[in-house]
Amino acid sequence: MATGHWELFSHPADIGIRGLGPTREAAFAQAAVALTAVITDPEKVEPREAIDIVCRDPDDELLFMSWLGTLLCEMDTRKMLFSRFEIERIEGGIRARAWGEPVDVEKHDPAVEVKAATYAGLKVEQDSAGNWLAQCIVDV
Amino acid sequence: MFANKLHREAEARWSIEPFDRMQVPVVVFADDELIREMDEQVYQQAANVAALPGIVKASYAMADAHWGYGFPIGGVAAFDPEAGGIISAGGVGFDISCGVRALRTGLTYDQVEGKERELAEVLARQIPAGVGSEGKLRLSSTQMDEMLTGGALWAVEEGYGTRADLKHTEENGRMAGAEPRYVSEHAKQRQEKEVGTLGSGNHYLEVQRVTAVHDGDIAKVFGLALNDITVMIHCGSRGLGHQIATDFAPKMIKAAKEHGLELADRELACAPIKSDVGRQYYGAMCAGINCALANRQVLTHLTREAFARLFPRAELTLLYDVSHNTCKVEEHEIDGRPRKLYVHRKGATRAFGPGHPSLPQDLQAVGQPVLIGGTMGTASYILAGTTEGMNLAFGSCCHGAGRAMSRSQATKRWHGKDIVMHLAQKGIVIKGSSMRGIAEEAPGAYKDVTVVVDATEKAGLAHKVARLEPLVCVKG
Repeated sequence: MATGHWELFSHPADIGIRGLGPTREAAFAQAAVALTAVITDPEKVEPREAIDIVCRDPDDELLFMSWLGTLLCEMDTRKMLFSRFEIERIEGGIRARAWGEPVDVEKHDPAVEVKAATYAGLKVEQDSAGNWLAQCIVDV
Repeated sequence: MFANKLHREAEARWSIEPFDRMQVPVVVFADDELIREMDEQVYQQAANVAALPGIVKASYAMADAHWGYGFPIGGVAAFDPEAGGIISAGGVGFDISCGVRALRTGLTYDQVEGKERELAEVLARQIPAGVGSEGKLRLSSTQMDEMLTGGALWAVEEGYGTRADLKHTEENGRMAGAEPRYVSEHAKQRQEKEVGTLGSGNHYLEVQRVTAVHDGDIAKVFGLALNDITVMIHCGSRGLGHQIATDFAPKMIKAAKEHGLELADRELACAPIKSDVGRQYYGAMCAGINCALANRQVLTHLTREAFARLFPRAELTLLYDVSHNTCKVEEHEIDGRPRKLYVHRKGATRAFGPGHPSLPQDLQAVGQPVLIGGTMGTASYILAGTTEGMNLAFGSCCHGAGRAMSRSQATKRWHGKDIVMHLAQKGIVIKGSSMRGIAEEAPGAYKDVTVVVDATEKAGLAHKVARLEPLVCVKG
C-alpha cells in the first residue's frame, strides 16, 4: 500500500494534491499523504493512532471526493493529522485505515486548514501502463 | 479569447455581450490596470454563470475577481425563482458567510502606541486560532440548533455581546429561513468545538489605526476620526460551513442532471430554487450564515475581554458586520417592477445604498458601511454603499484585495520570518502560529487593495470613507 508517490501542484489561489500508484487504492492513499502535506510535513506526523473509514460510490471520481471529504471531517472533529494509509477495495467502494496523531502546534507547525476537497482539477484515471492517478484542488 | 470581446461601458465598467449559451452579458468592474491583469478564467467562469437558468440582468465580476470554484471569487449573480432560477452551492462557496466586522474602540493611537506588542500577546492568548484550535464553548445538540437558528442573536442572548451589536450586523444578526435539520450531523460535529475560533489561511484579527479620512461627513456618522483605533475580524462559518458545501455539492450535481441542467463545470453545482434540493440547501446555507454570525459575535466578546485587560476604559462598539459568501433573497427593481431574487455573492460584499429599509436608523442617510480587508501589512478600507450601486450590481462590491499569486509561489518567494521582521520594521506586530502560513499570506501575493478600492469607487459601487492601517495582526 505504501507504493507510489504523491505531489502538490500549483494553483492560482489554492493547492492541488495528486497521488500516483499501481492501483486506484494506492493512488488514493498517496493523495491523502499529499493532503496532509498541504497542512504540515507528513514526516512529522507519527502514526500512533488509527481510525477506520469506509466510503462507497460507483463513480471513481466521486468515491475519491467522498474519501477526501470523510478524511477532512475526521481530521477536523478529532483534531488529528494522518500520515499513513492502508486502503483496500471492497464491493462498491473502499475500506481504509488511517494512522496519525493529535495536532501538536509546536511539533507540526501546521500552516493552514484545508476547508474542502473540490471538483476542480478532479481526475481519477489509469494510464496505458496500468498506473493510477488521483488528483484534485483543495480549498484552503 | 474573452478579453477580445470586452466592451468598455464606463471608466471602470466593461461588458461581454452574450454568445453561445449565455443568457445575459458579463459585466466586469475594473480599471485599465486591473483589466490588463485579470485572469482569463474569470471571464470564462462569469460566462458559465451567465448561462445558468433564471439569471437576471448580468453575471458580474468585481474589481478583485479571481479564479474560484464554479463561480469566480468576486462574482455576483441574481436568479429569479419565477423564471426557473437556480440556487448554487458553488455560487456561495465553501466558507459560507465568511465575512468581516469592524469595531470602534474609543481609543486613539497615542493611547495604544508602545503597547502594540503587549496587546498582540493578550489577543493571541485570548483568541483561538490556527489548525486544531478549539473554542471554550461546547454545544449540546439542542444548543447547536439554537445557534444555527439564532445566529449572533443567540450569541448575545448567551452573554456574548450587546443588542446594539445586532443592529449593526446584516439581517440584524439573525438570518431568517435557517433549517438546522438540513445540516448534516457531520457538519454539526465539526462545529461542536469550533464556536469562537478564528480559523486559518487568510483569516485574521487586526488592530488598526485610521490613517486617512476620505469623507468626513460619513466618517462622522460611522464614528471614525483620524488616528482612531479600530479592530477588524475576518472569519467565517468554520467546519460547519465547509461541511454543508461538501455535503450539498454531490446532491446538486445529481439534481442538476435530473432537471436537465447542463453544467460547464461540476463546481457550478446547482438546483432549481423551487426543488427539494434547492430548498434544503437554502435552509442549510442560512444555518451556515447564522453559524458565521454567531462565531464573529463570540470572537467580538473575546476581543472585548482582551482589550479590557490592557485598556479598562476602552469601549468596543460594532461599526458593522458584512458577509462575503452568501445567497440572500432580496427585493430589487427590474424594469420598473420589484422582484424577489436569490442574490449570490461569492467573495463579494453587500453594499446597500442610503435609504435601504434593511439598514438601521443611524445609517439610513449615508448607506451601509462596506468593510474591505486588506492583507497582512497593507491597508484596509471602509466605504459606504451608494444608490447608484443598487442598480449597477444589486448593491454589491468587492471584498478584499484578491489573490494575485499561488500559495506555492508565495512560499518560494518569501520566508515567514523575513515577512514578520520586515513588517516589524514598519511598526506592525504579527502573531501567527505558522511561519509557512505567514509566507503563504505574504502581502505581495495579493493585488493592491488600494487599486481595487479606487476602481470600485470609480465604478460607482461604493464610496470611500476611511483608510485603516494595521498595528497588530493575529493570524490563524
